[in-house]
Amino acid sequence: MDQSEHVPEQHAQVLSLWPIGVAVGVAFALVGLLVSWWIVAVGAVIIVLFGTAWIYDVTRDRRPQPVAAAGPPAAGEQIERASVVEHETSRKGFLSAMTLGLGAAIGAIVTIPPLVFAGLPPFKKNQGFFDVDVDLGPLRDFEEGQWLVTHFNMNPALGDVAERTAYVRFNGDLEGEPSFTIISNRCVHLGCPVQANGPMTPEQKRTYAGGRRLVTFTPVLPAGGFGCPCHGGQYDTEGNRTAGPPVRALDRWAYKVVDGRLRLVGAYSVNEVEGTGKDANIGKYRLAQPGIHVDGVEQILYPFIPPS
Amino acid sequence: MPKSERRKQVETVVTYPLDWIEERTGWVGAIKYFLFRKVPSRTNWFHTLGSATLTAFLVQAITGIILAMYYKPDPDSAYESIQFITNDLTWGWLVRGMHRFGASVFIILMFFHMARVFLFGAYKYPREVNWMVGAALLILGMFEGFTGYLLPWDQTSYWASVVGINITGTGPFVGPFLANILKAGAEIDGNTLSRFYSIHMLVLPAAIAGLILLHLWLVIRLGVSNPPWGPQPEEMDEDDEAPARQGLVQPTPRSNGK
Repeated sequence: MDQSEHVPEQHAQVLSLWPIGVAVGVAFALVGLLVSWWIVAVGAVIIVLFGTAWIYDVTRDRRPQPVAAAGPPAAGEQIERASVVEHETSRKGFLSAMTLGLGAAIGAIVTIPPLVFAGLPPFKKNQGFFDVDVDLGPLRDFEEGQWLVTHFNMNPALGDVAERTAYVRFNGDLEGEPSFTIISNRCVHLGCPVQANGPMTPEQKRTYAGGRRLVTFTPVLPAGGFGCPCHGGQYDTEGNRTAGPPVRALDRWAYKVVDGRLRLVGAYSVNEVEGTGKDANIGKYRLAQPGIHVDGVEQILYPFIPPS
Repeated sequence: MPKSERRKQVETVVTYPLDWIEERTGWVGAIKYFLFRKVPSRTNWFHTLGSATLTAFLVQAITGIILAMYYKPDPDSAYESIQFITNDLTWGWLVRGMHRFGASVFIILMFFHMARVFLFGAYKYPREVNWMVGAALLILGMFEGFTGYLLPWDQTSYWASVVGINITGTGPFVGPFLANILKAGAEIDGNTLSRFYSIHMLVLPAAIAGLILLHLWLVIRLGVSNPPWGPQPEEMDEDDEAPARQGLVQPTPRSNGK
């Protein structure tokens, strides 16, 4: 067909976007037939609304024009507006918009589920890693003032990655309750294992297998506190930072004594410890990842901490 | 000397299949367009760093695909499978070595290539977008190195990943969330290993390959830049110094009012 012949016809055609809504309504109605009459009703309402608008749209040329449009033409402007309308309602423009829109919709339908699947499960609570209730054995096995490198597995099913180490010291009784200092060996700079700055006595190593997991204890004398081999962070025996890049004091394990046995029941972060041993005043915070400030002005950089 | 009858016959036989393909696909022309481009006269060996980097990437891709046939991304067997590749399989030590040391070669060559582009001023108009694509390739390449480092699942790789993930975790506001996404949970475990494996061998190589195509396309479209010591436009001889695309030395003003 000759192009010049075809163009005048196009001018008369008024294409409308309302049929998309009608199609959505039909889809609702068909799905509703399978699912619920309410959805059929919603579909019917959509069909009626969009159908009315569609009919109104395509019959515009046959209805009397509004008075303003029929008034004296502001020549240039009028022509420009007409050409814009022509462009927007052309078959080509309509099909382009439909292709782009459908492509975007299909792309979203295909992309969003994998992205959610990749990104959200890591934030699910209680993934079974920290089944925190570690039995460290009867109190009589702990000698007052002695530090023990205490090694245990949080979840044997996960293998070596669930191995954890804590430095445990019995502080004697405080107001009739036994007091312990239990410091996590996870450096609060970037998570390497801190080491005791002092001699270990592996020949006095003992094990405790009374709980569900094997626990090993090795006496140690951290005369110089604790130090991290990765980037040189140093801590005193209460876990306070003394040198290097760490941003807070070492994390601690929460404990309780049940039936004369010491049990670990969780972990928490610490900004600073004042005093020592059983008289220590510990600034407790929710367990945070290494490298994160829990106090001071820097904490505003970490307003939301995901569950751990 | 006029061509002999025999030679014409041979040429016909050789060019017939090429013509057949060209007529139906245009591939011969495309390859000619890709290979037979005009380049500045004073290029030197520094201009080969880009293709050297590409070669390093191809080595990583090919050796990585083969290693994936033997590697097992599971906490119980990852370390043993790598020991098996290195010690027991025929030429396993070689292919793993190519992949392991080739990773460093790839990163180093990217930096050399970037230094060449920077020092030659080849990032300037109209090649800014190609610099940006290259920067994205550098970031993705480093991420490849980070994710690949965990896969041997020994003490070094484990603690390196702990530190790397915790560095990510210290980023303000979103850091802790990014760290959890990397770890596939609150702690590093077997899920972290399989996640890193998937990112290392599927997500990043696909992204890098796509960006390399874009990078190459822009090189072909814009041509190789004249080195700083090359002839300046006024010294150029019309014939042999004409740029690959005329618009590059005489660009149309971007707002000439037309």
